[in-house]
Amino acid sequence: MTDKPLSGFVTVPIGPQHPALKEPENFTLTLAGERIMHTGMRLGYNHRGIEKACEQRTFIQALYLIERICGICSHSHSTAFVNAVEEIAGLELPRRASYIRTLIAELERVHSHLLWLGVAGHEIGFDTLLMYTWRDREVVMDLLAKLTGNRVNYGINTPGGVRRDVSDEQKQEILKGTDVLEERTKYYIEIATTEPTIIGRLSQVGKLSHDDAVRLGAVGPTGRASAVDRDVRRDDPYLAYSDLQFKVITDDHCDVYGRAVVRVLELMECYSLIRQLVRNMPDGPIAVKAPRKVAPGEALSRYEAPRGEDVHYVRTNGSDKPDRVKVRAPTLANVQVVAHMLKDGYLADLPIVIAAIDPCFSCTDRMTAALVGHGPAGEGVMTWPQLRRHGIEFYRRQGIDFADLNKRLRSGGHH
Amino acid sequence: MRQVLSSVFRKPATVPYPFVKAPMPANFRGKLQFDSAKCIGCKLCERDCPTGAIRIEKVADKTFEAHFDFASCIYCAQCVDSCPKKAIQATGEFELAATSRQSLQQVFHAQPKAPAATPQAAAPQAAPKDPSKP
Repeated sequence: MTDKPLSGFVTVPIGPQHPALKEPENFTLTLAGERIMHTGMRLGYNHRGIEKACEQRTFIQALYLIERICGICSHSHSTAFVNAVEEIAGLELPRRASYIRTLIAELERVHSHLLWLGVAGHEIGFDTLLMYTWRDREVVMDLLAKLTGNRVNYGINTPGGVRRDVSDEQKQEILKGTDVLEERTKYYIEIATTEPTIIGRLSQVGKLSHDDAVRLGAVGPTGRASAVDRDVRRDDPYLAYSDLQFKVITDDHCDVYGRAVVRVLELMECYSLIRQLVRNMPDGPIAVKAPRKVAPGEALSRYEAPRGEDVHYVRTNGSDKPDRVKVRAPTLANVQVVAHMLKDGYLADLPIVIAAIDPCFSCTDRMTAALVGHGPAGEGVMTWPQLRRHGIEFYRRQGIDFADLNKRLRSGGHH
Repeated sequence: MRQVLSSVFRKPATVPYPFVKAPMPANFRGKLQFDSAKCIGCKLCERDCPTGAIRIEKVADKTFEAHFDFASCIYCAQCVDSCPKKAIQATGEFELAATSRQSLQQVFHAQPKAPAATPQAAAPQAAPKDPSKP
């Protein structure tokens, strides 16, 4: 599994800047003619140090930072984080708050899947589909803006509840918007299942067998399109999902076409969930008072984001700031599957195969410390203090001096 | 053909933006407004602000002014929720593009008689005078 070029083959680097990629990521392809023999991958171009930055922020401040891990599934990250914090603090979320969070989560899934459908259409040259789905996506974006105040980065969560209530008029608007979207989605399902160009373009592209999906740990619609019957909402219910009736959509096409079918059918389930949430929303308070300091503890929170299972780990130390935050975004689980899907495929299929996992590389880029061979004697993997010293020395050579940091390092400031 | 004809007579799906502004939702989180008369100087907003965009300064006894950095503000409106006296409000103003960072620094003065410090801060004064001085 090296990135060394094999003799007799052509190596093509795609990315980190490339017209076919929306985000900076590097794929090094070894080609035999048009066929992809091997894919090397490099992540980390978008590493922003969010996990570390959370440790210097209070829980309230960190929540807004966590929300900005991703622009599309911002509510997923913020909910996964706040659920973990509430679990450690022993806060019981009011039922109404739990319903509102779930409602926003499902609206977010609708907007994410419609966005994906448009992107997928664009990647295969079907731009009419892009225009249609993104026009319809405005319906759900407007609903989200009305409910939360923003089209993206909704900021609805707060430790102990939600920040905005849902009024009766808003409920009517949600139901009306859902009816419009359902009608449109039926049309997309018809297109996806009958249009021969779509079926022809997407079938047998980016194959991922059921066994490989399980072995490589594919999550979300990517896994479900390979008949992996897993959904955190059903398997480990959080928020209001245990009160709700829904089907987990799976498909056994095991290719990009299957992934498209899973997503459009999931949209229909979303509308049913939204209606259930609006109609059965209990009355009551929308938030309980949350303490600023959280008792020492740790929690792992699982959340079914539109792209798959999102995992947040939070450890607290009794202060008003988290001790450690770890995020495993769904794309990280899916991205290694891409190399497998691309194998023996054609170079021209690369954009749609990558797009089919609905990747979000800025979500994924957490920590990439791969400084092998930079140890004191030019060998081995560096330890954490060595890495710190290496960084400080590196920047000093560039003319930037972290004198303050050096002082703390020398006085054994490593906590 | 029917599609073509119906599209010709349909009104555009887009909004002619600079001339017609889309209405902002009621709970939109736009530019912040500070009412010095209500501020008690607890600085909870300063403490909760995720980006450190707020600075509350004491200018006289029980009188505070607010320094907002709208360049670092992320418009989460946490300060609006944190304020126990509702001294900070989010407005529907969303056209905040500026050509310099400096012009996004705004001071909400406590009294209207001090517009000399920063001229552009004179406009959004919400509290002309504190009428209920005990």
